[in-house]
Amino acid sequence: MNAHLQPTGSAYFIQQESARQERHTLSVLVSNEPGVLARVIGLFSGRGYNIESLTVSETEHEAHLSRITIVTTGTPSVLEQIKAQLDRIVPVHRVVDLTVRASQLGQERPIEREVALVKVAGTGEGRAETLRLADAFHAKVVDATVAHFIFEITGKSSKIDQFVAVMKPLGLIEVCRTGIAAMNRGPQGM
Amino acid sequence: MTDTDNRMTGAEIVLKALKDNGVEHVFGYPGGAVLPIYDEIFQQDDIQHILVRHEQGAGHASEGYARSTGKVGVMLVTSGPGATNAVTPLQDALMDSIPLVCLTGQVPTTLIGSDAFQECDTVGITRPCTKHNWLVKDVNELAATIHEAFRIAQTGRPGPVVVDIPKDIQFATGTYTPKADHVAQKSYKPKVEGDLNAVRAAVELMASARRPILYTGGGVINSGPEATKLLRELVELTDFPITSTLMGLGAYPASGKNWLGMLGMHGSYEANMAMHDCDVMVCIGARFDDRITGRLNAFSPNSRKIHIDIDPSSINKNVRVDIPIVGDVGRVLEDMVRLWRALPKKPDAAQTEGWHQQIDRWRARNSFAYKNSSDVIMPQYAIQRLYEASKGRETFVTTEVGQHQMWAAQFFGFEAPNRWLTSGGLGTMGYGLPAAIGVQVAHPEALVIDIAGDASIQMCIQEMSCAIQYGLPVKIFILNNQYMGMVRQWQQLLHGNRLSNSYTEAMPDFVKLAEAYGAVGMYCDKPAELDDKIAEMIAVNRPVIFDCRVANLANCFPMIPSGKAHNEMLLPDEATDEAVANAIDAKGRQLV
Repeated sequence: MNAHLQPTGSAYFIQQESARQERHTLSVLVSNEPGVLARVIGLFSGRGYNIESLTVSETEHEAHLSRITIVTTGTPSVLEQIKAQLDRIVPVHRVVDLTVRASQLGQERPIEREVALVKVAGTGEGRAETLRLADAFHAKVVDATVAHFIFEITGKSSKIDQFVAVMKPLGLIEVCRTGIAAMNRGPQGM
Repeated sequence: MTDTDNRMTGAEIVLKALKDNGVEHVFGYPGGAVLPIYDEIFQQDDIQHILVRHEQGAGHASEGYARSTGKVGVMLVTSGPGATNAVTPLQDALMDSIPLVCLTGQVPTTLIGSDAFQECDTVGITRPCTKHNWLVKDVNELAATIHEAFRIAQTGRPGPVVVDIPKDIQFATGTYTPKADHVAQKSYKPKVEGDLNAVRAAVELMASARRPILYTGGGVINSGPEATKLLRELVELTDFPITSTLMGLGAYPASGKNWLGMLGMHGSYEANMAMHDCDVMVCIGARFDDRITGRLNAFSPNSRKIHIDIDPSSINKNVRVDIPIVGDVGRVLEDMVRLWRALPKKPDAAQTEGWHQQIDRWRARNSFAYKNSSDVIMPQYAIQRLYEASKGRETFVTTEVGQHQMWAAQFFGFEAPNRWLTSGGLGTMGYGLPAAIGVQVAHPEALVIDIAGDASIQMCIQEMSCAIQYGLPVKIFILNNQYMGMVRQWQQLLHGNRLSNSYTEAMPDFVKLAEAYGAVGMYCDKPAELDDKIAEMIAVNRPVIFDCRVANLANCFPMIPSGKAHNEMLLPDEATDEAVANAIDAKGRQLV
């Protein structure tokens, strides 16, 4: 998306933003009501912000709360705007920039994990190699026949990228990833 | 209230909820999906329904009603095309922060998603053009949703909301939730009180200023009459010069001695130069819009900036500020005035004397000057005469969008808030006439003038019928130059004067048009006759269309050409053909 053209929202601003693009992870606590995800996504597309990853699920059933985790990129001022714009959405309760929070807490980055299901087909010799590599990545076999495996793998996105890459020559059929779930280290909540 | 008193149909709930929220007028247009609500309207007298001729008119009329009264405007439209026609005024209200509740009919819940007749995804379509919206699928939640709609529309930064009500919900019987009992959504709690430490820092910075300026906007007016009073008090105390955006005109009186005139693209030279050269800028309820700032990296380069806004997302959006204060303008100004009064040592007049002298020199450039003519009515002259004639009355002015709008802002002096209604953010041609209708409904005795252009007025001209039906004596004063004047001006400036599609070949005879609707039509093309005709227009207690023929090719100056800074204004006496042709470079041409 054209985030670099959008930092000010001004028709007059045509210079490229020279500030550095940063990658941040945001946690958004929302009321679990119809359309709330559409409001969040519509905000990103409507204002030209990037979404690298987005996950959402109900986290507190009694309180009707869902937690959305968004990974986005932008200059510091765009990231500040994204947070403010998200906060403006009526059913949004809280927005926390986990990346900023991590640095406030003296940590390098928030904990970010992803789950992937990876289907690999193959017969004969390659199967042993497939299993050996899967074991090295701590991927779990969740389904198998003589012709295929499905692995469940959890970890940082980079680890999953790597696992998918090594499975490619071994008969990779399909991959399904959840996107990133994230929280900050330490005893405090968001 | 007993339990049985609380049981009623959805349509009854709608009317009761509107009454409980103090609604007296609803602007709307019936259709299949809202018939049960219209049936209830028929059977009561507390709420008057104003029948418009197009749903866009209902929206702008509600906006006019809201902005002139400070109350929430209410519109009622049917599903499908009714809802989609409401989109333009909803976005208009969103950009200008006007509180609006729009009730839309929807096909029955069982038919939603089936591509039923007059079905559209109303909440989907209106999601980005409202502050919030709801589809009500349970009649028992209808009352609470409407109460919440009014709360959200008018608190925090005001804006439009949509409540989409399927037809079967209107027929269904449910329980009415009284306003006092409804549980407000916890996630929405606008912050109105400014951080006192920030206000203190702001007052200290203001006290140290040698070249201060107050830059105010529509937020002052939205905050209510108290904010206007406090703003005037602050100007009185500090003696700071003050300018305002298009939306904020009237908060400080145009006759006030510290008034610099409007700033921005067509603002005054003194306002823009003062913005550029100031050392302390106090932005109060304005949002650094691109019409205001000009080229951002040249915007007021040497000032420290204070920004008061109720919307945290307005802070640092376009311009980085030094002291942000999130809160309601009125509350913050109250603290500001109090803290200024309590300053142990107030700055003496000498501190800003040089600045006031500099401003006087800029003022002497007389940047709104134009060359008058005795043969042809100059548009600026027409506005001046209209302004003179309306003095001493309770006058409200609405406008359409274009050159006439800018001339009205430049030449009509506003002494009070809520008297000036214009489509600032969205720039909606067709706004003025329905908005004037909304104003006149709320203020039956007032003089309500729609200053219009010949192109804009034709965008919602059908509302003449509405004005006639309800006996609303709105005055439509058309500055008729037979062009889409602002488009033509830009084509002259940007596109080698190739006037592509900006001339109206087949102009209606506005006098006959007025008469066809049952209104009064007037015509004037001679400067000498203008005053008498204007007086006649004002005296008529019926709707009037005044076809004021003005100089066809007049340009609106001064102007900050696209991509230029405040101190690079094009002034009328410098706007030679050559200067106009070269005013905007290739880069600026890409801008709007």
